[in-house]
Order: sequence, then C-alpha cells, then structure tokens
Amino acid sequence: MANNLFVDSYDVASGAFQTAGDASASIKRKLKQLGIDAVTLRRVAVASYEAELNLIIHSNGGNLIMEMSPEEVLLISKDVGPGIPDISKALEEGYSTASEEARDLGFGAGMGLPNMKRNADTFDIESQVGEGTTIKMGFTIKR
Amino acid sequence: MKVSELMTLLDAKCVTEGANLDAEISCGYSCDLLSWVLAHGKQGMAWCTVQTHVNVIAVSVLMEMACVILVEGVEAEEASLNKAIEEGMPVLSTTKTAYEVCGIMNKAGIAVPVE
Repeated sequence: MANNLFVDSYDVASGAFQTAGDASASIKRKLKQLGIDAVTLRRVAVASYEAELNLIIHSNGGNLIMEMSPEEVLLISKDVGPGIPDISKALEEGYSTASEEARDLGFGAGMGLPNMKRNADTFDIESQVGEGTTIKMGFTIKR
Repeated sequence: MKVSELMTLLDAKCVTEGANLDAEISCGYSCDLLSWVLAHGKQGMAWCTVQTHVNVIAVSVLMEMACVILVEGVEAEEASLNKAIEEGMPVLSTTKTAYEVCGIMNKAGIAVPVE
C-alpha cells in the first residue's frame, strides 16, 4: 500500500510469556495517538493480543506487523513455523493444541483464532506445515 | 460505583500504589481463562481472578478495565505488580472467593457485561 500512514513491526519470540502483550500494547498506543476511533481500537487490540499470544504459544517465533492507511488498519502475523496441519480445526472455538505451560497461565481456551476472526473485518490465514503461518486481518476505520 | 467504594464493600486492599481508585466500574466479571476474558472483557470492568501472572495485567490494560480483583488471598507476582503500577491499573486483593465477590457486586447493582 503506497498511502500507508504508518508501518510498524515487532519481533515476537517463542515462549516469551513474560513480555506477552507488549507488542499489542505498543500497537494500541500508537493507533490511539494516530486518532483511531475507540471501537476499532478495541477490535485491533483484542486481535493483536491473540495473534501475539499465538506466536508465543505455538510458533517458533515471528513478527507482528501493523500497517495503517486512512481507511484501514492491517494486522499481519507471520511466523517461521511449525505451521498448522488442519486450519479449519484450528478455527473451531474450543479447539486448542496449547502446551501445559500455556494452559496453566489461563491460555489455550481455543479462542485465539476465533477471537481474531470475530474482531476483524477481513481475515485471511495461510499455513504450510514445516514453513509457517501468515494471518492477515483488516479493520475498517470508522469516521 | 468507583473502585474505592467497591474496596470498602469487599473489605479489599489495593496492592498497587498510585492506581486510580476513582475509576468508574461499568460491570463485574469472574473468569480465569485469559482468552475468554479477551472475548468478553469490557471497558470499566471489575474482573475477579486467581491468575496472578503478568498477562493478567496485560489483558486488563488492553481491555481498559477499572480494576483486577485477586480473590482468596492469592498474591500477585512481582512482575505483575510492577506492570500494574506502571500502567496505573488498580489490583485489589481480598480473602473472599470469586463467588462471594460477585455476589456482593451483584447486590450492589454492578451490571452484568453486555455483549
């Protein structure tokens, strides 16, 4: 997108529970400064936090990228594996492959991807086992 | 109802210095699954949990809640307290169970979250 106002990228490491939410909080803060409406802000915040947690719980590490244009916020989660064997299963509410460690912290309710999908206006997920997963979420900004 | 008023009702103490105890409570909730809270959390919510790790604070801040209520005397981890103080999120501590806290909040007229 040529008319992006803002692009930001955050590295999210596998297993980084202690700093979980930092990237999402930073994205939220920046969008707030950029004057985005409260409803869209909240939707982006929920989706970015879930994406960040998924990177921490499930991936071998990845990036959370936020792009903002005058019309929409685009949130991209891109990891380097391990990939999702059955995406439709992963999108089911309540289905989770989270570790015992993640569950002990209160994650792994199987709500991550459903929460992202529910909050985004557009949701696209592509995954290749052994390669990685890319999730693209679009949020139309209310004026 | 303000957070400070709820503290009195619950006989709870605030374990985060400098937090905004004048914040207005919009609704009450109890849940220990963070993803669930992310799906149903609301701005101004008073949230009961026994989870004590730092992600509790991250969720409450993202949701712009009024306060976190740690029930049954569970103690917040130091990292959680530091984060809560940094973010200005009130963390209350009570020996009451989540069931009792919700009963008190309900009786006091604090709303159920509206989807």
